[in-house]
Amino acid sequence: MNPTPLRIGIDVGGTNTDAVVMLGRDVRAACKSPTTADVGSGIANALTEVLRQAEVQGADIGAVMIGTTHFTNAFVQARSLAKVGVIRLAAPATTSLPPFADWPDRLSDVVAGPAHVVRGGYNYDGSEIATPVREEIAAAVAAIRDAGVRAVAISSVFAPVNAAQEHFARDIVLQSIPDAAITLSHDLGRIGLLERENAAIMNASLSAIASDVLRAFGEALAALDIRCPLYVSQNDGTLMPPHVAARYPVLTFASGPTNSIRGGGFLSGLNDCIVVDIGGTTTDVGVLAGGMPRESSIAVDVGGVRTNFRMPDVLSIGLGGGSRVRQAGQTISVGPDSVGFRLRSEGLIFGGSTLTATDIAVAGGIVTLGNPVAVRHLERGLVQQSLQLMGAMIEDAIDRMKTSSGAVPVVLVGGGSILAPTKLRGASEVIIPQQAGVANAIGAAIAKASGEVDQVYSYEQLGRDAALERARTDATDKAVAAGADRATIRIADVEELPLQYLPGSAVRVRVKAIGELAGLGA
Amino acid sequence: MRIDMADTHDFARGAAFLGTGGGGDPYIGRLLLQQALRKSPAARVLSVDELDDDALVVPIAGMGAPTVIVEKIVGFGEGERALRALERRLGRKATAIMSAEIGGLNALYPVAIATHLGLPVVDADGMGRAFPELQMVSFNIFGQSSAPMAMADEHGDVVLIESDNNLRVERLARPLIVPMGGLCMLALYPMSGRAVKQCAIRDTLSLALGIGRAIGNARAEQRDPFESLFAHLRTTEYYRHCRLLFDGKIVDLKRETLRGWAIGHAIIERFADGQRLEVTFRNEYLRARSDGRTLAIVPDLISILDRETAEPITTEGLKYGQRVRVVGASVPPIMRSERALEVWGPRAFGFDEPFVAIEESA
Repeated sequence: MNPTPLRIGIDVGGTNTDAVVMLGRDVRAACKSPTTADVGSGIANALTEVLRQAEVQGADIGAVMIGTTHFTNAFVQARSLAKVGVIRLAAPATTSLPPFADWPDRLSDVVAGPAHVVRGGYNYDGSEIATPVREEIAAAVAAIRDAGVRAVAISSVFAPVNAAQEHFARDIVLQSIPDAAITLSHDLGRIGLLERENAAIMNASLSAIASDVLRAFGEALAALDIRCPLYVSQNDGTLMPPHVAARYPVLTFASGPTNSIRGGGFLSGLNDCIVVDIGGTTTDVGVLAGGMPRESSIAVDVGGVRTNFRMPDVLSIGLGGGSRVRQAGQTISVGPDSVGFRLRSEGLIFGGSTLTATDIAVAGGIVTLGNPVAVRHLERGLVQQSLQLMGAMIEDAIDRMKTSSGAVPVVLVGGGSILAPTKLRGASEVIIPQQAGVANAIGAAIAKASGEVDQVYSYEQLGRDAALERARTDATDKAVAAGADRATIRIADVEELPLQYLPGSAVRVRVKAIGELAGLGA
Repeated sequence: MRIDMADTHDFARGAAFLGTGGGGDPYIGRLLLQQALRKSPAARVLSVDELDDDALVVPIAGMGAPTVIVEKIVGFGEGERALRALERRLGRKATAIMSAEIGGLNALYPVAIATHLGLPVVDADGMGRAFPELQMVSFNIFGQSSAPMAMADEHGDVVLIESDNNLRVERLARPLIVPMGGLCMLALYPMSGRAVKQCAIRDTLSLALGIGRAIGNARAEQRDPFESLFAHLRTTEYYRHCRLLFDGKIVDLKRETLRGWAIGHAIIERFADGQRLEVTFRNEYLRARSDGRTLAIVPDLISILDRETAEPITTEGLKYGQRVRVVGASVPPIMRSERALEVWGPRAFGFDEPFVAIEESA
């Protein structure tokens, strides 16, 4: 992916679409543009502007990386989701907790189509719980088809041990609904039936907009004569090609915070730091450890639906540029409610009538913005106390994310980074990089390359240590083949799944290796 | 006492802590309990003293590998069939359900099935924690018989075991787990109210709820959940000797499903100095050892918790790279008696070392 080293990073957020042009480690141009309902024209606007600023042609670009929270937002807000029919191969097991058992009503009302638990599934040793019955599956498929549903999620007990039953059911679905958008649970998840099935349902529910959005990406690039490879950011900061993203949109779910943390690290030149992303409504605090975002160790809910995705550990607090500031007697409060994107009409310095965190920052002389006369009347005590409170809120969040009591460098990014004090308790230094406002787009542009091994090894023949070593080496080689710089490769994930139905202590080993893209000049 | 919908998260979290990694996925247990509470507003919980002496109390428990529970999700049918088979054999209906072990699914399932069937559940269990074998329960130490015992799977198959030796019941039952798909539900140790008063570990449902609340409330109020957990444990009679054993990241994980158990170890590397801790498990965390020294060992509690939220992590929930804190705590004195240690002390698990209480190993 390295014909010319010019790269474009794009972040499609809920409010803004940001774009940067990068050459190696240099940010040549950056711009912000409003996100549009059709996504594509917002990207086109941002691209046109950033190409103009960088004084390059679309044809000069070697690679485009897009990170987007579009799919996460669509799912969490239950927007444009397809109804999903579910076939779980498991009966007579698991019937007490059918699909959608733990979904919030507001999402299941939109997403839940006909859900059937049919005979099937495997035991841990690979033997069948029950043999699937073609007629029973066909009847379930007919119910899904007759309900007008064409997005289908298929799960089976212990599908990661044996995927054959999920494939069997998929073929039956395709016979009856030839244009069905089918997600098989084993393609997305690990052990844990409900979480894996949830991931498959989420993915299927996004199938309609995924193809639209990916088409919009492609069209926006083609219109500007950008013919280079396009990549989409995944949860873990690595890239996938657009056809994979169109098929597995859930893999983008946490790419927003991942890109912001990595972008903050890149801009500051640090591998280990805390990244504080201050937006309009919330402040997200994440940790960069060894160049990678620290992951959450517990099951992560997305919109109240439990998954077992690996996601960055982010602490969100209700503090942003649009946070409302209130005074009641001696007590001052900041947030958690915010005027959000209406800051530019409702904030005092913009001629509005709501006291916001941004107004306080202007009154305190931290930043020059809008009409400073509009905040001149504010009491000095109120301004000072509010600033202290905002600082204390950020300090507290930083403290909760730290792994040791020592002071660590803190990098501020995001549009609201101007609000924060330049000294923070617990921070060895506070860094506000020049391009802090477009850290997400930069995070996308510096995405990593990865290599994954998913293979069965005989521990009896090889021994566990030698088998794991081989898997690590193979994953590393694949990462290099995908464009990673060998010296920067780290093993990000190791998972072992014993397959007891095979002789010789057979174990399914999954290893993921991740490294910096070669040519970034790290 | 009642357990209602608002309590389910705290109860599940406390049960996961006391489950010391085992007892089965508390999440599945919580979903089943919530499912039962949708039809009946609250679970009726009886204190041990509220039981009639001639009540028939039946503990219900899952047997098998925790790794299987998160895939082959257990339902109400399995427990109900096991209970009905035991009632048929005894010629009597159960008056209350009890938990055999107050850990994970095995703490939550009895409450769920009792509520599902309209029965009360007793505020007690047989160990104040979780253990991997059927004879490892205070009922056995006090001479109660685990048989007749009924085992039921999702197919409707029921096996009834008769024996006057609790160890033999375990040995007979364990191989049956394999054809039952690695997991089944049991109705066992049928007891009179009188016997429960003599041999159960009391108030452990309440204790689990209290521990879960201590962690949950601290999080909600943005206080340190570990401080809150320790402060709460110190107020309890059973678990008051407690401390942080280790703080680090999982750098190796070996986990196998063997003979119906999840067996393996986790290696945790300390942030501060790179020192390593090995936590050995067989369904439950059994021993925490670092630098040639045992920091905590069965029957004392060893729990692995998420280092930010203090959410307990089960053996099947452990992942490479997780950042965790390992916490140790004492168990009720009755669990550390000489007779008890013969059944569940270190040597019963194949460790060639004596039991050293956590308050003495610091």
